[in-house]
Amino acid sequence: MIDLIGYGAFFLTTALIFSLISLGLNLQWGLTGLFNVGVAGFVAIGAYVSALLTTPHDAARFGGFELPILAGWLGAMLVAGVAAAITGFATLRLKSDYLAITTFGVAVVVQLVALNAQSLTGGAFGIGFIPRPFAALAETPLLFNLSNVAIVAAVTLVAYLALQHLSKSPWGRVLKALREDERAAISLGKSARFYRVQAFAVGGALMGLAGAVQAHFIGFIAPDNYAPMLTFQVWVMLIVGGSGSNIGAIVGSILVWAIWAGSGALTATLFAPEQQARAASLQIVAIGVMLCLILLFRPNGLFGNMTQRRRIRLGQRKPS
Amino acid sequence: MVSTGEVAVGAPVLTAKHVVRRFGGLLAVNDVSFDVRRGEILGLIGPNGAGKTTMFDLLAGSLPPSGGDIVLNGVNVSGESAHRRLSRGLGRTFQIPRPLANLSLLENVMLARQGQTGESLLANFLRPLRVAAEERAAEDKAMDLLDLVSLSRLAHEPARVLSGGQRKLLELARVMMADPAIILLDEPAAGVNATLLEVIMDRIRGINDRGVTFLLIEHNIDMVTRLCHRVLVMASGQLICEGTASEVARDPRVIEAYLGGAADPGGDA
Repeated sequence: MIDLIGYGAFFLTTALIFSLISLGLNLQWGLTGLFNVGVAGFVAIGAYVSALLTTPHDAARFGGFELPILAGWLGAMLVAGVAAAITGFATLRLKSDYLAITTFGVAVVVQLVALNAQSLTGGAFGIGFIPRPFAALAETPLLFNLSNVAIVAAVTLVAYLALQHLSKSPWGRVLKALREDERAAISLGKSARFYRVQAFAVGGALMGLAGAVQAHFIGFIAPDNYAPMLTFQVWVMLIVGGSGSNIGAIVGSILVWAIWAGSGALTATLFAPEQQARAASLQIVAIGVMLCLILLFRPNGLFGNMTQRRRIRLGQRKPS
Repeated sequence: MVSTGEVAVGAPVLTAKHVVRRFGGLLAVNDVSFDVRRGEILGLIGPNGAGKTTMFDLLAGSLPPSGGDIVLNGVNVSGESAHRRLSRGLGRTFQIPRPLANLSLLENVMLARQGQTGESLLANFLRPLRVAAEERAAEDKAMDLLDLVSLSRLAHEPARVLSGGQRKLLELARVMMADPAIILLDEPAAGVNATLLEVIMDRIRGINDRGVTFLLIEHNIDMVTRLCHRVLVMASGQLICEGTASEVARDPRVIEAYLGGAADPGGDA
């Protein structure tokens, strides 16, 4: 029973970290309509920045400033936010597919830098000895996991409440207007550039924070953690939960992560050890099937309003 | 304000000076100059392809001119974006209304208020009381404007439920929220039934009586005749005629532009 609670806490910690990333994506896509397919890149930036700021000195690479974990998290948000703002500024003229291609390119560049800039990132071996919150409790796994889930839940709750407040504010109203019709919003005196960059930056900062929280939870990071699969997972989480809904982003993350972890456990049980590597692909299949089912039977996700938007667009074409 | 015959007008609020706009080899607007005087309702008519909507886009800042100047309240705004021109007092509506369909009518109108503290990201956390107070004031004003255009009963409905004519009224309320000195109306009568058209005309007159200047593009000559103090006529990118509605209707250049000289341009052109 204690093991089960411990695993539950571990599972929820990971799921809530994904929730943080999904909340960032929801601000960019769900609220503002910015098609960011480079999510993994901003998560990676946050993870590496926090790791460099908080790890012990290492002569083989840059960093190792031994700052407190909180400073690492703030640094991660700042650098990932600035990186996202620069990306947003550089892609001001791009929309939909072109914006997606560019952000995907950014994520690939970040991953390649993480892999090759050995003196900065530790290269393929990554960065270890990242300080973990409540490390003193590590000998008691249950307490350690419960402490971690509490702190991650608190961070997620603060992010959720802040985003809820913003989405109902005049600032959020402008973002929704840009999502609905950028030209109309501009004609009403709103600077599309200014708000697009802001939405990119705040969303990127949240993704960076999630990367940092995850890095400190696991204690080790490597470039493989930030492959395009991470972006895919987060998009599925948001679509399942419902684009445009903050609560949907959180519920979708927990649900999809449950299926991901559950299908992983199932393949480990059902397949022989020599087939495990190939069987792992079934996790992706499970997520894909779930995505198809959601799109077929509940295209607006569990809490979202995408269908409504599609109907609206169709409705607008009808002559009055 | 001075009286010129039956039209009471003031100093120019918006001026186009030798405005040119090219699209590749096509000269869509060719050396067009005119004034819109404070307090008047000025009509801009012309056959399809005359360059009227392009001229509107140039005046509103949606398109940059290839040449010439646009002066708003004495300030040259030729290089300014559309969103900055609204803060200087120039609002516009669109030929095909562009309501923010997923937002309520109230949100649509409140969005247009200029200089809202709550549109700053940090102010929502640092100055919540001020933001809340401004929101209450904005909501009251938005409800008054929705009432003015007879849409207040639908205030909390999403804008997608509106008919074509109601969408035009919503656009009018929305642009009024910004307290503009001049409003550019792009075909307010298009696709609107006769009853609602009377409502729209009545509201335009009412707003004009409050001192707001209008420049409107319209194909409905009956509406132009009944509403506009002066009329400009464009054809093939050029301004060919200017005067009262009855004067331009008799002008041979206008008849030539509309119908190749076969008939006069009266009725719904």
